[in-house]
Amino acid sequence: MSFNPKHVLGIKELSQEEITFILDTAGSFKEINTRDIKKVPTLRGKTIVNLFFEASTRTRTSFEIAGKRLSADTVNISASSSSVVKGETLEDTAQNIEAMHPDIIVMRHSASGACHYLAERLRCSVVNAGDGTHEHPSQALLDAFTIRQHKGEINGLTVAIIGDITHSRVVRSNIYCLSKLGANVRVAGPGTMLPPGLEKMGCTIFKNIEDAISGADCVMMLRIQRERQGASLIPSVREYARFFGLNEQKLKLAKEDAIVMHPGPINRGVELASAVADGAQNVILDQVENGVAVRMALLYLVAGGDKLQQN
Amino acid sequence: MKILVKSGRVVDPKNAIDEKLDVLIVDGKIAEVASNIDAGDAEIINAAGLLVTPGLIDMHVHLRDPGLEYKEDIITGTKAAAAGGVTSVACMPNTKPVIDNLAVVRYVIAKAREQGSANVFPIASVTQGMKGDLLSEMGELKEGGCVGFSDDGLPVKDGEMMRRALEYANTFDAPIFSHAEDLSLVAGGAMNEGPVSTELGLKGIPWVAEDAATARDIMLAEFTAARLHVCHVSTRGSVELVRQAKARGVRVTCEATPHHFTLTDEAVRGYDTNAKMNPPLRSQQDVDAVREGLKDGTIDAIATDHAPHHHDEKNVEFAIALNGIIGLETLLPLTLKLVGEKVLTLSQAVALMTCNPAAILGIDRGSLAVGCVADMTLINPNREWTVEASELQSKSKNSPWIGTTMKGCAVRTLLAGKTVFERS
Amino acid sequence: MATETIEILDKNGIDRALTRIAHEILEKNKGIDDLVVIGIRTGGAYLAAGLHEKLVDIERQDVPLGMIDVTMYRDDIASRSDLQVGQTDIRFPVSGKKIILVDDVLFTGRTIRAAMEAVMDLGRPQTIQLAILIDRGHRELPIRPDYIGRNLPTARNEQIKVNFDERNNPQAVLLLRS
Repeated sequence: MSFNPKHVLGIKELSQEEITFILDTAGSFKEINTRDIKKVPTLRGKTIVNLFFEASTRTRTSFEIAGKRLSADTVNISASSSSVVKGETLEDTAQNIEAMHPDIIVMRHSASGACHYLAERLRCSVVNAGDGTHEHPSQALLDAFTIRQHKGEINGLTVAIIGDITHSRVVRSNIYCLSKLGANVRVAGPGTMLPPGLEKMGCTIFKNIEDAISGADCVMMLRIQRERQGASLIPSVREYARFFGLNEQKLKLAKEDAIVMHPGPINRGVELASAVADGAQNVILDQVENGVAVRMALLYLVAGGDKLQQN
Repeated sequence: MKILVKSGRVVDPKNAIDEKLDVLIVDGKIAEVASNIDAGDAEIINAAGLLVTPGLIDMHVHLRDPGLEYKEDIITGTKAAAAGGVTSVACMPNTKPVIDNLAVVRYVIAKAREQGSANVFPIASVTQGMKGDLLSEMGELKEGGCVGFSDDGLPVKDGEMMRRALEYANTFDAPIFSHAEDLSLVAGGAMNEGPVSTELGLKGIPWVAEDAATARDIMLAEFTAARLHVCHVSTRGSVELVRQAKARGVRVTCEATPHHFTLTDEAVRGYDTNAKMNPPLRSQQDVDAVREGLKDGTIDAIATDHAPHHHDEKNVEFAIALNGIIGLETLLPLTLKLVGEKVLTLSQAVALMTCNPAAILGIDRGSLAVGCVADMTLINPNREWTVEASELQSKSKNSPWIGTTMKGCAVRTLLAGKTVFERS
Repeated sequence: MATETIEILDKNGIDRALTRIAHEILEKNKGIDDLVVIGIRTGGAYLAAGLHEKLVDIERQDVPLGMIDVTMYRDDIASRSDLQVGQTDIRFPVSGKKIILVDDVLFTGRTIRAAMEAVMDLGRPQTIQLAILIDRGHRELPIRPDYIGRNLPTARNEQIKVNFDERNNPQAVLLLRS
């Protein structure tokens, strides 16, 4: 099979075959990142704009490196909200950028659906680098890639995701991605951070971390936003860490060879106890490394092929 | 000046009429309703195959005039009403300035009378400037032509203030229109809270935000023995609360909008900002409950909550798009659809848009009895038409039904015997 | 449309051609020192394995064998519908080496151009030599093979197909004419 989407807006729209194809493609690109000359000419002459309305070092850098290793010209624009203050709408900003003829806009935005909005209005391709609390497809794909790297196959695995489920785009994309690949997805978090109807997306909900990680092959910890503290969602970071943080004892409940993941950046001592953050089971740096390969694959697939027929 | 509307099926629930009759209008008033009227020199309007109803009444619209005329004004808003078969509207006070003083009330009424295509009955604010702290001068406002009081989108938060508002309005026998919503529970939500909001990653507005506020307002109405009208009920719980309150004899009425009995929150998928309104589109269970409430009489009126917004206010990220849709021009087909689906009888449907809201507003409309003002709507219930933005009379085009084919429309609208709209 | 199939080489013919090429390589390079064999995926990689076996057989000394996927170096990314990318597997340094690049069919030369660029991104080889099973003509770039199994003038609309068995051993070279 082959797959050359015009946009990558979410995992929800992707089939199991398409996800697997992306992961396989990423596998081929991964080798480039270990060479002395970490560059191939695949996307020579293509222009990729990283349009980030939200601060992000990790994802933006990963996409930038991915683009550069494929020889594309990558430009970073940190739009923050300054344009909005000037009275410019998202559509205005996007059209201004499109007038410079980029081939791909990689966008991060605080509003759910912002990437769909852009994709409907522009001629160029749009890759979602995280929209509000909706989806973060490249993160889910690199997570799946990392799990596959360590476990061989995803089908039949049990993956527990712990944290602020309500406000996490990573969770949504991961639930779609992992359940499509055949994993049993469990989520757990405080009651204030579990949105209604989550089980309909393809996961089982647990009230406590212990039950969720029992016998799991993979434990994915989410970053807890310190701003949530006291905002009626959690009383304190201290209490959160005690009941929903992952320490060595709790990790013993998971399978012996379970891997620990985190989309980063970690709050050391909050969702991950230091011993776990530094432990042998964590694969967080693999996730970061694989992120580049996965994003290379996404950019390549979006840029490649004859898109005219799809317009 | 005589006009004879011949051979239409006259549906006038107020007077329990539903049969093929002629209606004679003399000098803007109903002069006779009978079969085979011979009126000699009268202008004849052939209504064969059409429904003839009292002019429709939409008791909840936003005309945006004064102050927000870039969205809508009294001229375009009442044109949209006429095109939708609506001859009377009650307009909400969230204009700039707020309808909380006689000067604005007079402006609205005068502009509507001089340049409008429908009767406009202002609803004034409960509190001055809709700020929630000082009562409006309800006596004078009622005297000046206001038909009720509402702080609409900024519901009265303070329990004591709501109690006093009900008591004071009751002095003048005016109802309080409550947009029943506990804003602290809305907390920045953008759509109904449920599986769809979870999937789309949009902050939800839980049903309990409406139910809790409805319960409080009903209890205050019960306590004060004053009149309460609950606007746009959208949840199963609030319909049930009204049903129980009515059974206890509480002086409560309520309305529902076409969008709340037609669409669910599934319409938000794709982040269509024309599916964003407040109250939000709810679940199928809620839609079913609203339909049941219309059927069993718990819900007294169908009102559109016509809320025009400029393209720029809707053509943005979902979370920051303004709430509301226009509704005047799609009220009739969406209501007739309930008749087609056997939720309502034709007579019930017409009552929900004529005599029922007239009774709540206390206006002498919604009836074709001899001597009444000849506001009248001629409806072709079978004509199919497609909602086109360019064809809409409203200044704003924020409708989720653009491009949708509808069945049934007003073909002629008469305001005091004068044709204000005719569809070719 | 009826398709005519003509067998150009059978299993033995291919084997003899590879044996001859192996000898030519050793003769031209005066032995096996610094040689590395790199096949272009997928057909070239299979043939490279066979050629590698013969070189080792003749010289009784191992030479490195790798394979390269040129998808990332192709010049037609915008017009292809199949975007599958294979893996490059070269676990040895190429700098200073004599590269024997192996492919099954030489046609426009564009694949070879891409392969040369791909190899040179991995280091600075001493030489790159091209071994090809079938040269069918129609070059679009100034590229010529150093070792040729069979020259086969073809029409543009004809197809050359190299069949491999399930263990990736070459079975036949076919000319397809429609």
